[in-house]
Amino acid sequence: MALLKTDSDSKTVLDHLHDWVVTVDHKKLGLMYIMYGLLFFVVGGVEASLMRIQLAVPNNHFLPPQVFNELFTLHGTTMVFLVGMPLIFGFANYLVPLMIGARDLAFPRLNAFGFWLSVFGGLLLYFSLIGGMGLSGAGSAPDVGWFAYAPLTARAFSRGHSTDYWTLGVLVGGFGSIVTAANIVTTILCLRCPGMTLSKMPLLAWLNLVMCGMVLIAIGPLTAAQIMLLLDRFLGAHFFDTQAGGSAVLWQHFFWIFGHPEVYILIIPGFAFVSEIIPVFSRKAIFGYPVMVAATMAIAFVSLGVWAHHMFTIGMSATSNTFFAVSTMLVGVPTGIKIFNWIGTMWGGKIRFDTPMLFCLGFLFQFLIAGLTGIMLAVVPFDWQLNDSYFVVAHFHFVLVGGLVFTIFGAIYYWFPKATGRMLSERLGKWHFWLFLIGFHVTFDTMHIPGMLGMPRRIYTYEAGRGWGTLNMICTLGVVFQATGIMFFVGNILWSLFKGRRAGNDPWDAWTLEWTTTSPPPEYNFAELPVVRSRRPLWDLKHPTDPDWKYE
Amino acid sequence: MKSRIEQRKISASTCVTRPRWRIWLLTFILFPLSLSTALSADPSLVPNIFIPESTPAHSINHVSLLVLAITGGIFAVVFSLIAYVTIRFRRRPDDNGTEPPQVYGSNPVETAWTTVPLLIVVVLVLSTARAIHEVQDAPMPPSAVDVQVVGHQWWWEIRYPKLGIVTANELHVPVSDPQKRMPTFIELRSADVVHSFWVPRLAGKTDLIPNRVNNMWIEPMRTGLFLGQCAKYCGTEHAKMLLRVYVHTPEDFDHWVKAQQALAAGDPVVAAGRLVFERTACINCHSLGKTVGDGRFGPDLTHLMSRDTIAAGAAENSPENLRAWIKNPNQFKPGALMPAMNLTDAELDRLVDYLVTLQ
Amino acid sequence: MSTAAETFATEPPAWPALSKGRVGMTCLIIAESTIFTIFVVAYLYYLGKSLSGPMPRQVLELPILNSICLLSSSATITLAGRALRKGNVSRFGFWWLATIVLGGYFLFGTAVEWRHLIYEKGLTIQTDLFGTTFYSLVGLHAFHVIVGLIALLIVMGLTWIGAVKREHAERVEVLALYWHFVDVVWIIVFTVVYIIGR
Repeated sequence: MALLKTDSDSKTVLDHLHDWVVTVDHKKLGLMYIMYGLLFFVVGGVEASLMRIQLAVPNNHFLPPQVFNELFTLHGTTMVFLVGMPLIFGFANYLVPLMIGARDLAFPRLNAFGFWLSVFGGLLLYFSLIGGMGLSGAGSAPDVGWFAYAPLTARAFSRGHSTDYWTLGVLVGGFGSIVTAANIVTTILCLRCPGMTLSKMPLLAWLNLVMCGMVLIAIGPLTAAQIMLLLDRFLGAHFFDTQAGGSAVLWQHFFWIFGHPEVYILIIPGFAFVSEIIPVFSRKAIFGYPVMVAATMAIAFVSLGVWAHHMFTIGMSATSNTFFAVSTMLVGVPTGIKIFNWIGTMWGGKIRFDTPMLFCLGFLFQFLIAGLTGIMLAVVPFDWQLNDSYFVVAHFHFVLVGGLVFTIFGAIYYWFPKATGRMLSERLGKWHFWLFLIGFHVTFDTMHIPGMLGMPRRIYTYEAGRGWGTLNMICTLGVVFQATGIMFFVGNILWSLFKGRRAGNDPWDAWTLEWTTTSPPPEYNFAELPVVRSRRPLWDLKHPTDPDWKYE
Repeated sequence: MKSRIEQRKISASTCVTRPRWRIWLLTFILFPLSLSTALSADPSLVPNIFIPESTPAHSINHVSLLVLAITGGIFAVVFSLIAYVTIRFRRRPDDNGTEPPQVYGSNPVETAWTTVPLLIVVVLVLSTARAIHEVQDAPMPPSAVDVQVVGHQWWWEIRYPKLGIVTANELHVPVSDPQKRMPTFIELRSADVVHSFWVPRLAGKTDLIPNRVNNMWIEPMRTGLFLGQCAKYCGTEHAKMLLRVYVHTPEDFDHWVKAQQALAAGDPVVAAGRLVFERTACINCHSLGKTVGDGRFGPDLTHLMSRDTIAAGAAENSPENLRAWIKNPNQFKPGALMPAMNLTDAELDRLVDYLVTLQ
Repeated sequence: MSTAAETFATEPPAWPALSKGRVGMTCLIIAESTIFTIFVVAYLYYLGKSLSGPMPRQVLELPILNSICLLSSSATITLAGRALRKGNVSRFGFWWLATIVLGGYFLFGTAVEWRHLIYEKGLTIQTDLFGTTFYSLVGLHAFHVIVGLIALLIVMGLTWIGAVKREHAERVEVLALYWHFVDVVWIIVFTVVYIIGR
């Protein structure tokens, strides 16, 4: 395999494995993060498929309620903490040093430590499936929902250790995220190559800097809340013990102070990928670089003040409700600005529709819809109907699947050649794209409707007389297309690793530093550290009479 | 040479069906059909948030339609931009390979597409604030019916403190009239975890949170039955914590109140069944009229047969279902907190005979 | 394992004004601050809401001596850092040891206070909301002091075997940054628990 070829032929498979396990190289760790994330993506997808089968018809008996409740808890927790976070840290790990002209992250050993902490956290969470007997004999997997509201998580209402597996698994993963974020921030601030001032960094570096800053601020509240929960469950503390005067609402505040910035943490790297891919495939520089940076910082800042829009139904005062409605709508403005800037990048360009660009176009369309349904949910009275209904489920799947997952697919098709030296098949890529796109829309466009017809979330079945049956069936059918699309994707990766067209240094005719080195790059990344003069160093080299630094 | 249109006409009239026509026809039949099966449920029962039948639901509906219109407009504009750009600026097959002119940004354009969204936000905020105030700060008129709802794992305790009525899962209220307003104001509490009271056609949802009192109100404008259910995950049987709101004319409501206020005497013929109730653990969880049962962990059974469903909507209220439920609640609601009572068949028969007399 | 960075260690950094260690430690401090903030918020929110149990005023005494020790340890650690910058390893060792002793006394004083609260005043983490929030907030801080002391002790050990030299001044100062953070948190905890909360 190209990935594993080394100079010395005397290395056994065990030697290769050992290399990967003990590595501190950001590229290997990045790839491991991504493989870990993709593996759990499939696991989470299976969980979702099982739930969709159960919900396809009213009063179904495919799954008992306990199993269904464990499935939606695991699905949410997996997708956010074992897929989303590892994937974004994986890409950041791999790309940031290459794009800023550095040799590795600031603290390579800390990098490895953070990775293995995350892995341990994930394995601990899944160990719960076999770890012990739960209350109903259905294994001990957590069944409290991915946001684990109190007091459902109290000892009194969650007997056994299922909630503890959730708490500890996520807690440990959180520590991994914090150290990796600190590592990436330090790398970006201290290890840029000569000439690369902050305003000459690629947008991907800026957006990952902002994302990691948000991780440092947002994960702490979750860690604190989980420590409090553990104290309640193991030492008899009363943080969320309503019998002792504790507050169930306090958990909600703490969780969402983490939870809302978390979803921006997840999507901002998606923005980063799009900001690198759209320019290259439109053959134009990104439109409005400084505005894009400012908008991202505005999003980061404002997103710290919107959390209670998840709590509009708890009975806050009209003033509080209005405040959070305002902040939530405001955060939509810089997000909209970014969409316009991407369109502005494409304007006047010469657009090539290779697979990475197709996924970015899908993202643009879907993220637009996601943002607009978000604005609807920000209108508090509308949210009083739509909160905790399938409308919200459709909204956040538009954000996370239609948005983030599409950009991740685009990023994989774009940077796979750099990491492996081989191109992914365009033909299989297009099959993947179209199948997944169709399946996504069949499922998630339709899903808005049951929400508007009164179907709440997290129910293992529903009555026949409510008009939800056919709509749910349609949602389930979409899964078939998505699953087939994913099979094409996996097949593409496996085939291309061995038979893909050789990529060369710069298969896309791009402009940032990672395309100046070989594919795959050597362990030390660059023979000589580059010196840059503009945001697109390769453009300057390719267009010596018309370099960027004359216009920036 | 016949034109293509004429050729098609001939094929249609001679009933030569080309596959393509069949597909289009099926599409235009299949889609409406599936929609209609969705609505083959009694349409008045489908809890559609866009068919509001109560004052707060109307307020919500107004602002919802406004925001739908605005976001619809934004979608139309931006989607057209994306479509236009994708088509107009695609690389042509005869492209000469040069790079297009590089444009790095434009301050006027950035200002424009910052200002317009901000203005839209202002409009939305003002409408939102007004609708919030209309619903949340509505004063309670003296003619309002006063209800307390306590959420339990997985049923609704419903009390009318001024009327001295305790029931479960099915809320009975009078219909209101713009001239003679009779809304129902509801206080929401929880005995265990967080629940949420949601009857879409009557109001937005409000949570039931332990150690906290929340308030909401409904003002139905039509008699009939309205469906809802718990809308905040509260454990194993969250899905079967259903709600039924019966809206009566003022006269019918009075009848219902009087029937509920009368203490169930129970038919002396079925005293044997009453003894089963009083001598088994039932009394620890259930209150029942004049019996010694005064438990509040489970629903009050005084007027059990006045309800259409049992187990918070999990089953229709019939003697057979009642018997099966008492024998093994897990049959209807796996994980329900009521244990199987391990009664003999004879005891079960006597008990059910007694219970069905509790109107 | 050698890192690529170590192989190319002779390349000068392009942005010398920012030291990796300081930036990294600052990031960690930011993250830790958010954890403490949430515990402080919980403490303030639950003030006066206990349903039973002793009131803070009844059981809390101002830990003046403890605080003086901990806060002066910030001064001693700064002096230690300065000594090492000048290359004076023995003076560095002296001030470093003083820091450890002062930090250790703080922990000892906290333990004494807790023993008094638990056995003589009957206040535990289970007692009521005050007990819960008090022990968790003060305990979280004490935990960070313990972690800091362990790190300080390791450096003390390395000093005794002669492994700490002038070129390690930067790293020692990064560790001192953590110690200063612990002290600042104590100022906040002291204010919230012993002044506002009483």
